[in-house]
Amino acid sequence: MRVELWGTRGSVAAAGPDTVEYGGDTSCVQVTGPEGEEILLDAGSGIRLVSGSVAGAGRVDILLTHLHMDHIQGLGFFPPLFDPGVETHIWGPSSTTLSLTERLSRYLSPPLFPVRLRELPNTEVHDLSPGGFEIGSVTVTADFVCHPGTTLGYRLDTELAAVAYLPDHEPALGVERFPDAPEWTSGNTLMMHADLLIHDTQYTDSEYVERVGWGHSSFTHATMLAERAGVRRLVSFHHDPGHTDADLNRLNREVTEAEHSFEFVPGRVGTVFQLA
Amino acid sequence: MAQQPIELILLKQWAEHIAIPVWIMDADGNLVFYNEPAEAILGRRFDEAGEINAEELADRFVTTGLDGHPVPTKELPVVVALTEGHPAHRELRIQALDTGQSRQIEITAIPIRGQGGRDLGAVALFWESAQR
Repeated sequence: MRVELWGTRGSVAAAGPDTVEYGGDTSCVQVTGPEGEEILLDAGSGIRLVSGSVAGAGRVDILLTHLHMDHIQGLGFFPPLFDPGVETHIWGPSSTTLSLTERLSRYLSPPLFPVRLRELPNTEVHDLSPGGFEIGSVTVTADFVCHPGTTLGYRLDTELAAVAYLPDHEPALGVERFPDAPEWTSGNTLMMHADLLIHDTQYTDSEYVERVGWGHSSFTHATMLAERAGVRRLVSFHHDPGHTDADLNRLNREVTEAEHSFEFVPGRVGTVFQLA
Repeated sequence: MAQQPIELILLKQWAEHIAIPVWIMDADGNLVFYNEPAEAILGRRFDEAGEINAEELADRFVTTGLDGHPVPTKELPVVVALTEGHPAHRELRIQALDTGQSRQIEITAIPIRGQGGRDLGAVALFWESAQR
């Protein structure tokens, strides 16, 4: 399984000279399965450049964690969606009132976007509830996690490796002594013993105190979760748009220099992981 | 132990922050949490009692109607919410675990249904009748 980070920024794209190293594009991670499955985790602005990387694939699956703009804004700029020769599947959280198609159509329709979702030539949209399904040789597990609105986290398993993806996650919300017991911790099952955990690290500890309930984690929260879940590697992700490369270098260095049971990898755009 | 669904996790977090007695059942009828105000009525801290499985519940918590006669298990509000899938309300007496003192409570139980129609359990809010 190959994993590449195409968009690592959270909340809003933040292009500029101060965000070159970690990247200014919003959430998008490409996972290529053992049998060539092409799975994209979220469709933030980072998805725009992935199309060249999936050229030749007959099928592309896009797994949306939720429908905040920084996770779907790139959909309209992903050429394979407009190519009738590519079978595309968009998966995302179910709702009690509207289908995923209806909710995505709020963005993919005028006046917000010139093309309607229903005009895409070869796209199927799937509402997801917690549970598992297969994409080729990859087993996908989805589960709701703590974030405003209905939000999924994902785990992708092959015979040899597991990736957990929780880009927007606030498991510390309302917990008096974090982390709580594993069975009472949001996302725990998805993360457990993953080879790679890509997790929300939007805030510093002091920023988190000012933003409780906004749906994100601090570096400290993410490292505690990774430790508890026994993951092999933790990747920092969903960087705050206000954090410059210099800020992130400092924050990541603090984590790297501390002792952990896992390897810590700063989430820089273009980073590739080749998992067994 | 398997992770609880996010709906129950958030429910527990809410219960930990309010002053109304709350207890939470999972979909199998196990008592998976009650909060501090509930501890004051039930007479034991949840951390000491731990999760109580469905089979043991009736033995651990002795309940009767206001007339002193036992309430059939299937008529208890939490059981109605779990098995019949609708809210239920009742006034009854429950024996505290520490002192054995019988307290008169009102209890309202509501089934918890998640996205996609998943039955996740039930939540019960209760209070001593005298405090109303």
